[in-house]
Amino acid sequence: MGLAAEAQFHVLAVDDSLIDRMLIERLLKTSSFHVTAVDSGSKALKFLGLVEEEQRNEEPSFVAPKTHNQDVDVNLIITDYCMPEMTGYDLLRKIKESKSLKDIPVVIMSSENVPSRINRCLEEGAEEFFLKPVQQSDVNKLRPHLLKSKVKEVREEDQVINLSRNDIKEILA
Amino acid sequence: MEVGQMQRQWLDYTRSLFIEGFLDGQFLQLEQLQDDNNPDFVVEVVSLFFQDSHKLLNDLTIALDQKSVDFKKIDAHVHQLKGSSSSIGAQRVKNCCIAFRNFCEEQNTDACLKCLHQVKQECCLVKNKLETLFRLEQQIMAAGGSIPMMELSF
Repeated sequence: MGLAAEAQFHVLAVDDSLIDRMLIERLLKTSSFHVTAVDSGSKALKFLGLVEEEQRNEEPSFVAPKTHNQDVDVNLIITDYCMPEMTGYDLLRKIKESKSLKDIPVVIMSSENVPSRINRCLEEGAEEFFLKPVQQSDVNKLRPHLLKSKVKEVREEDQVINLSRNDIKEILA
Repeated sequence: MEVGQMQRQWLDYTRSLFIEGFLDGQFLQLEQLQDDNNPDFVVEVVSLFFQDSHKLLNDLTIALDQKSVDFKKIDAHVHQLKGSSSSIGAQRVKNCCIAFRNFCEEQNTDACLKCLHQVKQECCLVKNKLETLFRLEQQIMAAGGSIPMMELSF
């Protein structure tokens, strides 16, 4: 996959309310994000390929060279807090516990301004907490979080290149 | 009626909806999200809200009619209605829901019934208002005009 060639960041939006999904999708698309919207935490995990990872880990003899679903490239996850079955907080935890997904920035949205809830989410690793209804100004705050993770990816690639150059030098010496 | 007059009528009507508290700033946000590529966004979201609220109000009516009232269930429904009304800027409906949830917490059936009645009324009112507004918009478009945007200052 090319580097700066892909102009669009991919955001995964999670909300059980159809109206709110429509809203967040429009808001994100207005900011030129590519959006996938799902209506539950479990669907989000499935999309991210996490379900497969858990299944692989259950087989002790299986060596999993790639636990990350290479077909899915998500740069940010924005999720509602209050959802049936799996809350946004539960989803956040599962993402942060996953080796392959923990570096994806997660943002939580909620219609309720509960300080303890907000702190809990931020402590668990959420980048931001937005009060609903989410505004354009909130969405504008997302970019720095996305660029941060892109820079990290590029640096890691640089390290790999440097190592192989040294290896080659040693071989040729 | 010529386009200019219709546009002024639209502006006056929209202003009144804000002044009377039927709509709040969130409705303006919705309008800002509408563009040439998504020309029906506001109507779509609003229609969805009325479909949604219709079902929720029915569920609430049934739930409050039970011998043993499940306040947790009722609170969940009202929470959903509060969320969606807030998302489209239906301020009076949202405010009714806030009061409604307080009475749920107190497990006060009578007060909840009164709230339900009120929230039904407010949904009905804002539905009529918005339908009138959309009709005005259609008339303006049909006459070749455009909807005046964001000249609302109050």
